[in-house]
Amino acid sequence: MAQSQDEQAEQLVEAFELFDDWDDKYSFLIDLGRKLPPMDEAAKTEENRIQGCQSKVWIVMEPHSEDGEAVLDFRADSDSAIVKGLIAILRKVYAGQPPEAVISYDIEGLLERLGLSRHLSLNRRNGLLGMVQRIKRDATQLSVA
Amino acid sequence: MATRVDTDAPMISSASQTYDVWKVREDFPILKQTVHGKPLVYLDNANTTQKPQVVIDAIREYYETYNSNIHRATHLLGEKATRAYEAARTKVQHFLNARREEEIVFVRNATEGINLVAQTYGRRNIGPGDEIIVSAMEHHANIVPWQLLCEEKGATLRVIPITDAGELRLDEYEKLLNARTRLVGIVHMSNALGTVNPVKTVIEMAHRQGVPVLVDGAQSAYHMQIDVQALDCDFFVFSGHKLYGSTGIGVLYGKYDLLDAMPPWMGGGDMIATVTFEKTTYNDLPYKFEAGTPHIAGAIGLGVAIDYLNGLGMANIAAYEHELMAYGTQVLSAVPGLQMIGTAKEKASVYSFTLEGAHPNDLGELLDRQGIAIRTGQHCAHPVMQRYGVSATARASLGCYNTTEELDALVRGLHKAKQLLG
Repeated sequence: MAQSQDEQAEQLVEAFELFDDWDDKYSFLIDLGRKLPPMDEAAKTEENRIQGCQSKVWIVMEPHSEDGEAVLDFRADSDSAIVKGLIAILRKVYAGQPPEAVISYDIEGLLERLGLSRHLSLNRRNGLLGMVQRIKRDATQLSVA
Repeated sequence: MATRVDTDAPMISSASQTYDVWKVREDFPILKQTVHGKPLVYLDNANTTQKPQVVIDAIREYYETYNSNIHRATHLLGEKATRAYEAARTKVQHFLNARREEEIVFVRNATEGINLVAQTYGRRNIGPGDEIIVSAMEHHANIVPWQLLCEEKGATLRVIPITDAGELRLDEYEKLLNARTRLVGIVHMSNALGTVNPVKTVIEMAHRQGVPVLVDGAQSAYHMQIDVQALDCDFFVFSGHKLYGSTGIGVLYGKYDLLDAMPPWMGGGDMIATVTFEKTTYNDLPYKFEAGTPHIAGAIGLGVAIDYLNGLGMANIAAYEHELMAYGTQVLSAVPGLQMIGTAKEKASVYSFTLEGAHPNDLGELLDRQGIAIRTGQHCAHPVMQRYGVSATARASLGCYNTTEELDALVRGLHKAKQLLG
């Protein structure tokens, strides 16, 4: 079982709090993105692309079962280093979690605590919410199935 | 303002002796602020320019002391508003060197001006099998209105190709002009590349075939002196908000005889002479095209913006910006991995570029954190991006108040962004 969402979130918040300067925060965020598991180039199709993002974002859901329980996972990539960092944050709190936990998780609250919601441009925000919507939609399908 | 670090960089010399940019900056209150704790470096002028205090004051004064509707009031405030609105028209006339003030139509922006011509002149004069020519470096505003018209009328849009440097292929243009050509729409200065087109030549070539030309002056009008008589263009459009005026006001210039022969576009108040349910007759130029209450404050503000620019001198602004442009090209070219998109010989005030390993949006965001405002994306010119095989560019663009120090700050900002994205 993956770490709980709250544990993951606390680690992120603590890490972000270490940095006083904006550039260190961005540097950390970009570094998180660099460590994302790679996505198969063949999966970067129009179908897998999230619309509404200024930069290109692709996502493939990879649900599987852990100890007989369905959990959510996904791979995603972007041509933007900052968006990759945001994807990494989403993975930390969503990947390996049961669908109910994904659906009910307060992602806006986390972004607020990380100090990101204030800094993200409206365009970025819309793109990020597009990703969140896609993940939650798949989680909903998974929980019904 | 950040201090210069690169002492080997070329200095601006001749133009700055007659043009005191630091004094100009004092006129723009917005430039005094900090963004994310850093002094604002505003390099998004091709998007919209900042407003001098005199323009802000003029708009406020209108609302505070003589706000009224125009052309119909019998009271003093209405009279004053009407006079100020019409005085602004006269200022625009002189600014463009138009023959008559009736040739100046106030619209919302350059986009509306082009749509007006497409929907009136275009719908009356363009039919099935006819052709309209535009270039490959047009803003969507000078593509889509013609596509809509072509779709409706069964006409065809032809496109003048451009070179890798971003220059018009005049040889190809010559081939496109034919007996079916009904109109040429050409951008004076490209917002995505900075190219300044040889519009006088484009117009001469079209006129030899009896074809009228619309010039999209949205980017050129605030960077250089415009003389519609010398150009001999048939239509010229620009937006007030790029000319240091407010948003919501723009200008369509048209030759009197052409405008006079055009049917009205939007119907409503002020554009009519008499209305009965049987037959309505229309007002004279330019009112025929100004239905409804216009943006009175915006027009007055635009007039004051023109006064302001005349005070600085358009020739002085152009000379200063030309040297600033050359300085920026030099310091930006030294940034490793930076590729300039658009390297035309005749180019003004726009640096459109990509930086290796950096998404333009990331660049925009990381520069913003350093107080530097640029635009990133496709600049309402998807075909230009397609032409160069890039999904987006970062674009820094100059106005009359930018400095070499700010271009140095941009270069430092790019290095910092590169280091973070490294």
